[in-house]
Amino acid sequence: MPVPETLEFFIDPARCIGCQACVQACAECDTHRGQSMIQLDFVDRARSTQTAPVVCMHCDSPTCAEVCPADAIKRTEDGVVHSARKPRCIACNNCVLACPFGVPKMDTEAQLMMKCNLCYDRTSVGLKPMCASVCPSQALAFGTREEMARLRPNARPVNTFQFGAQTITTKVNLMVPADNVDWVDVTAAMHEPTVTHDLLDDVFGGDLYLDLLPDAVPLPDRPAQA
Amino acid sequence: MARARRPISPDTWRATGWALGVTAALAVLIVVGSRNLEHFDAALVGYTFAVLFATFGLTYRYAMWLRRPPTGVYWRRGWQAFFRPSRLGRNLGVGAKRVGSEVLANRFIFKRGTLRGVTHMLIMWGCLIAVAITFPLVFGWLYFRPVPGDLALYEAVVFGFAAFRFPHGSVIGFFLFHGLVWSSFLVIAGVMLAMRRRMREEGAAAVQRFAEDFMPLILLFAVSVTGLMLTASYTWMSGYAYGFIAILHAITVIGTFLWLPFGKFFHVFQRPAQLGVGFYKDAGRDSEPALCRRCGHAFTSRMHVEDLIEVQRQLGYRYEIAPSGGDGAAGAQVEHYQWICPPCRRASFVTAQALAWQGTRGGETLPTTGGPLPMPVFANPGLGEGPLGPEDAANFHP
Repeated sequence: MPVPETLEFFIDPARCIGCQACVQACAECDTHRGQSMIQLDFVDRARSTQTAPVVCMHCDSPTCAEVCPADAIKRTEDGVVHSARKPRCIACNNCVLACPFGVPKMDTEAQLMMKCNLCYDRTSVGLKPMCASVCPSQALAFGTREEMARLRPNARPVNTFQFGAQTITTKVNLMVPADNVDWVDVTAAMHEPTVTHDLLDDVFGGDLYLDLLPDAVPLPDRPAQA
Repeated sequence: MARARRPISPDTWRATGWALGVTAALAVLIVVGSRNLEHFDAALVGYTFAVLFATFGLTYRYAMWLRRPPTGVYWRRGWQAFFRPSRLGRNLGVGAKRVGSEVLANRFIFKRGTLRGVTHMLIMWGCLIAVAITFPLVFGWLYFRPVPGDLALYEAVVFGFAAFRFPHGSVIGFFLFHGLVWSSFLVIAGVMLAMRRRMREEGAAAVQRFAEDFMPLILLFAVSVTGLMLTASYTWMSGYAYGFIAILHAITVIGTFLWLPFGKFFHVFQRPAQLGVGFYKDAGRDSEPALCRRCGHAFTSRMHVEDLIEVQRQLGYRYEIAPSGGDGAAGAQVEHYQWICPPCRRASFVTAQALAWQGTRGGETLPTTGGPLPMPVFANPGLGEGPLGPEDAANFHP
């Protein structure tokens, strides 16, 4: 069964709090039991709490599948790019190195590439992927566009990414500011250092944090914007 | 208006040439091996033509497969790595060892799961034994004859040359003559285990397809069961319905052969490519590493990165990065995105998003230090949650 067209994946790495719930939940997926496929990194462990939760973006023209010598990676008609087919994968590592988002993993002993397949056992029957079902800050969210528009009025989903001269469009969406971003240039940010978020980070919208903080707690000074 | 006919591509011509050549070579071998068809069993002619068709189809698909840019590069590079003069001796030894452990003993499939390994072993060895018995018989390369002067003895004749003798009532004779029975037992047991997994496992149920995953099992089961019915008919039922069962068996076998080039069974011929990949990786480990142009860490061989850049160019991808006036924060010119390691790709992706929100969400950018940016590290490098093995760890250098 295909994944319903109305349901989409929205990722917003800036909301990630690095709790690793997604890492644990991912390993529960029936299609790769016991192995977590999500990639969760600290971008600069020494200087920042910034974390990078990355799932497969399910490219419309998947580089991983094109560079596979064994023709092992297939994209179903609903746009989901699947893990390598087990009889075919020869563990050459091309997909791991060529994926523009750095997603696939390689189990050399088992001669098998494995990657996020959008929890196909769940999403193909209309359920949320494991990671999105447990993410407390909804950095990883799965639902309809209408839900996202209602919940995050300041953000909008984009699925167009620039890598040098290559434009890649994807099934999974990235949340960006609603007003001025139509696509994301990844290679332009390649040499930028990590980004930190202060305590007063505004990802949940408005001044919600003010309601959460007791009056007695003095607010820290916001750092000046560059 | 008549549609303009597309000219046949050179690749198609080349693949057709190879397919015709290999099929013709097999036909010649059949004629020679059966001594001008003297020992060719005319009753098996349907099988022979099915095998010839399968040979044509398999060779055609294999030749077309090799024309894909990544496959072509690996094919060429794999052989180059194997024939490196300084390593040829060692490669022969390592290659023999890998054929034993990976191909014959299915080590890598056992690593994917014990039950999966047992299933594949049963099906693979059942099929191999059956092929080793039936192909020479069908081609007339092997036949048995009584030894003149001693009718209790049988003689096996291979390619027209007497090979060995055995008493036809002996244990050896019993095992030889019933070889297909033993192989069908192996195949049926394997097919049952595979079917059981496909029917019970939710993960398999979500991604399996009828033509790709069930069809081969059904075909193997049909071939094995109809073959056993033949034995049962002539052993215990005085040949009851033998003619009908023989035709039924022929249909299942010929159907399997005709389907061989198109479906899952093609992996039998594709799979040995993993040996070439092994030699390529060996050569990569012996050579200069590729250093990530963002974090400065080694993540694969320079050869692999350069080959991948070439493959991507051939495929029409344009991951080239225009010069940005010299250097980025890492102080290195990155002319192609392939020089960036997987963790730095992920870091760049989320940093690009964070920068889009800068000023809106109160983010702060730290000053650059001038050197390579630090290497991103796994939040949880534990078992099953970080890299899946040593090679993955090298890719991701956590």
